Amino acid sequence: MEQQFDTVKIGMWLFLATEVLLFGGLFVGFGLMQQRYPREFVEAHEYLQRSLGALNTTVLLFSSWTMVMGVLAAKTNNKKRLVFFLILTIICAFIFLGVKYFEYSHKYEEGLLPGHFYSHKGDSIPGSHGYATFFSFYFMMTGLHGIHILVGIGLLAWIAIRANRGEFSEAYYTPVDLVGLYWHLVDLIWIYLFPLYYLIS
Amino acid sequence: MRGRGIESIEQDQNATVRDMEHTLTSGQRIADHPRPLKNYLNNDKGIWSWMSTVDHKRIGVMYLVGVMSAFLMGGTFALLVRLSLLNPKHMIFGKVIMDAETYNRMFTLHGVVMVFVFIIPSVPAALGNFIMPLMIGAKDVAFPRLNLASFYLWVTGTVMALTCMVTGAVDTGWTFYTPYSTTTTTNVSLMTMAAFVLGFSSIFTGINFVATVHKLRCPGMGFFDMPLFVWGIYATAIIQVLATPVLGITLVLLVLERTFQIGIFDSRIGGDPVLFQHFFWFYSHPAVYIMILPGMAIISELIPTFSRKTMFGYRAIAYSSIALALLGFLVWGHHMFVAGQSELATVIFSALTYLVAIPSGIKVFNWLATMYKGNITMETPMCYAVAFLLLFTIGGLTGIFLGSLSTDVHLTDTYFVVAHFHFVMMGGTVTAFIGGLFYWWPKITGRMYSEFWGRIGCALYFVGFNLTFLSQFFMGGQGMPRRYYNYLDMYAPIHRISTMGSWVLAAGLFTTLFTLLASLRKPMDAPDNPWGGTTLEWKAASPPITHNFETQPVLEREPYDYRPEPVAHS
Repeated sequence: MEQQFDTVKIGMWLFLATEVLLFGGLFVGFGLMQQRYPREFVEAHEYLQRSLGALNTTVLLFSSWTMVMGVLAAKTNNKKRLVFFLILTIICAFIFLGVKYFEYSHKYEEGLLPGHFYSHKGDSIPGSHGYATFFSFYFMMTGLHGIHILVGIGLLAWIAIRANRGEFSEAYYTPVDLVGLYWHLVDLIWIYLFPLYYLIS
Repeated sequence: MRGRGIESIEQDQNATVRDMEHTLTSGQRIADHPRPLKNYLNNDKGIWSWMSTVDHKRIGVMYLVGVMSAFLMGGTFALLVRLSLLNPKHMIFGKVIMDAETYNRMFTLHGVVMVFVFIIPSVPAALGNFIMPLMIGAKDVAFPRLNLASFYLWVTGTVMALTCMVTGAVDTGWTFYTPYSTTTTTNVSLMTMAAFVLGFSSIFTGINFVATVHKLRCPGMGFFDMPLFVWGIYATAIIQVLATPVLGITLVLLVLERTFQIGIFDSRIGGDPVLFQHFFWFYSHPAVYIMILPGMAIISELIPTFSRKTMFGYRAIAYSSIALALLGFLVWGHHMFVAGQSELATVIFSALTYLVAIPSGIKVFNWLATMYKGNITMETPMCYAVAFLLLFTIGGLTGIFLGSLSTDVHLTDTYFVVAHFHFVMMGGTVTAFIGGLFYWWPKITGRMYSEFWGRIGCALYFVGFNLTFLSQFFMGGQGMPRRYYNYLDMYAPIHRISTMGSWVLAAGLFTTLFTLLASLRKPMDAPDNPWGGTTLEWKAASPPITHNFETQPVLEREPYDYRPEPVAHS
């Protein structure tokens, strides 16, 4: 059993490596575009709502903590606590998505949209493509991240249902552990996204 | 605990003679048990048992049928491309073979099918899946259901590609360079998404194999006791895991650019077309190592077996495999020497390209040293292995010519490049793949093929391949550009040779196909170990039982140890 647990953990870490490389391409692209349009990127990021970003960061960090508490509960045969923490994690994920909804609708109202949908007025360098490019990357990266949060909600719900049925214990809590790893990665990606988009100056 | 195998010096001195005796009377030394009635092929019957299998051997066989069909399709496109180039007027029997738009689609589809649908899965998913767990004494791979998922992703991606072919196809070249790929009206989005799905098939296979090699080796088998085929598959799997996601995101960006004009690659809206090339080649250069490392892995099995000699420089080959995997990530810019990179970048990439050639060279010299003073026999697999040594060396060397900046300026985007990569991909990987297929055919199917026809096929293949592609080096050196529909009359003689060569090559490949298929009509009477191989797969029955081994094997010998096995005392 231990060999199986070790093996499946290797598999999961390898999968997480592929996720890092997937997002990595976008980070590299963002960095290159920032070199190209430094002034526009700095100005564009002012349109992002720093407080909402900070709120989301807090929510996700908290959800990582609840996830860890869930894994600990599984390891110590504590079914009720496990289900409680998993549900708490799911609630955090929904809060995150809700905040994102508010952010996205604000962008839509202001015309701060990707590529040729960009229709914002009042930029310092009108006609420059830098603003549209910034928001292309903003929507692509937060969008891809959001998709991963959605998938995470699905995984957490599945684990929560199985936990409620009593499938996990000290002897077997592998799926909880693996979903936990996935969730921590999703959190980690946001930890990189947040300063990059919301805090550069 | 591993036994040493040799009791006395006299035994050692007589080793060669006894070895020959025991391996000529093939199988008797090792397979003293009767052939099992139930093997992995007849254990479970019916289509559903195959479609829902999690047996790595059945999955390997399904992949084999799939990639061989893909090879047939990609090869057909190639023959049509070459047919169009038979003469400057594109005519045969008084009719024009195809127009320029169709030609562009033909060479694009040839590339896309051969690269994404055939060659990247070929050795790892077909032969690797079947043989690697047997070689490490395991019952299956680490994640059998993920293995089946990989296969279905391959099927899905292939169906998407086929759909694209009949709904306008693509004409951008398999490299999908911007800005053409973001503006052409052909079905780029569907084809790139097909490649995206195929990429995930590759990633899951990679994850599976890394975990399997780390955790499922039998007792007694440390990393440096593994067969070199496993080392090659392992190094390939690392690249599959790390490189393929970058292609994934690149293709997604391409589709988003086409659909929403997000402005990343289009210079009219602030993007950079060369950025696409950087992203694309960051995956696609390591991808060529995904293609060649498994081929080299097969050669590392064929040469010791058919030279009856232990591998020279086992550790050198093992380390070279890892070195190729890692260094392969550093040289992508050598595809872009004339794309507008800075001088500093081109010089660095050129230097790194020379560096990455070293591990390949180490391997070739080690294989030759293994053959030297070995007891060589030229069965069909060895014919292909020797062909590999010649063809891969030419391919690799011409890569060096391309890696030097001053020569590349003249040779890039000419037929010299086309010849180079066909020598390494076809002369290298495909040659090794066919050799491996013949080598493990008795294990997979339980039948022996006709040696006579196998060798004829190899001879036709070798002659046809050289006619088709060696000639192209000269054409490229004289300046014939690649991907061109029209060409100047001065290139006509070489184009004609190359096209006729493709017919000989096709004849060789069809001969090989028929030789293998014909063997299936014979009864299942192949010995367990027809070649006297020393790796663990030869201890399993031909074909193996579903769980591979009756009892868990324990490794007691070093890899490629051709000394006779100790006689069991009762």
